[in-house]
Amino acid sequence: MKPLIRSIAVGVALFAVGAVMLERAKAGSDEFFAPVTDPLTRQECGSCHMAFPAGLLPARSWQKMMGELDNHFGEDASVDAATAKQITTYLVAHAADSTGYGDMRRWLRGVSASAAPQRITELPKWVREHREVSPREWTRKEIATKANCVACHVDAERGYFEDD
Amino acid sequence: MQTLSRTLFLVALTAMSAVQAAPRDDILAAYTAQAKAEDATFAGFSAARGEALHRDRHSGGKADSPSCTSCHGENTRAAGRTPVGKSIEPVAVSVAPTRYTDAAKVEKWFRRNCREVLGRECSAREKGDWLAFMTTQ
Repeated sequence: MKPLIRSIAVGVALFAVGAVMLERAKAGSDEFFAPVTDPLTRQECGSCHMAFPAGLLPARSWQKMMGELDNHFGEDASVDAATAKQITTYLVAHAADSTGYGDMRRWLRGVSASAAPQRITELPKWVREHREVSPREWTRKEIATKANCVACHVDAERGYFEDD
Repeated sequence: MQTLSRTLFLVALTAMSAVQAAPRDDILAAYTAQAKAEDATFAGFSAARGEALHRDRHSGGKADSPSCTSCHGENTRAAGRTPVGKSIEPVAVSVAPTRYTDAAKVEKWFRRNCREVLGRECSAREKGDWLAFMTTQ
């Protein structure tokens, strides 16, 4: 009986180590950005476009954006104050420069510490990662805008942004 | 036996749609009260006026969204598409029975979309007309 318990324990431990390593590997890659887990944020941010992972922008960007929702890239995306507060808290806690997301800082390379960029598609890293996409590709009808990640990254909703 | 289970199923189905219709009726009742307050001559909502509001091209709003149909499409029973390319659930109640059952959500989208399309907020009568049209769809 004891050896059985021991092998189960070893199995569980190995699985846990593996899971932690996988998470680290995912967090350290340019192709995985943890999807939004907060249901309210997912619902509110995801009704017009994909709920972009919080790790795609620094906290200061999310704070600025959440304060200007009545003119959100030209659209009225305003929400009530309580909703805005909850969403801001989530986004800031999971931003690219927040604790626990240290590896995401690489994503912000080239962004000035005083700047609060609003367009993910204007981050130096984003531009670099998409330099191989020809201008003609972007005009395809099913893409519509650069904000439509899922048009090319089919698993973007689950956090995977590998080259497709 | 089969007839009985079919009857039970139908009863359950009717009960379910009643459950979903009730909040929608409450929302319409609130708009009715508001419309009466805004206009003493108000004599009920009109699905025909709602359809016109939905399909007409308006000025005053944004150039790329002159009509509700700019995003929701001409067919009320088909999915629409946001400017970013995301699919929008059809607006017709017949194909989207859970729609218009959350008053805060309804208000939020009227506020945003009326500003986008008309360049102003909608009146209670316009909101009720539009909802009346969608419940016939």
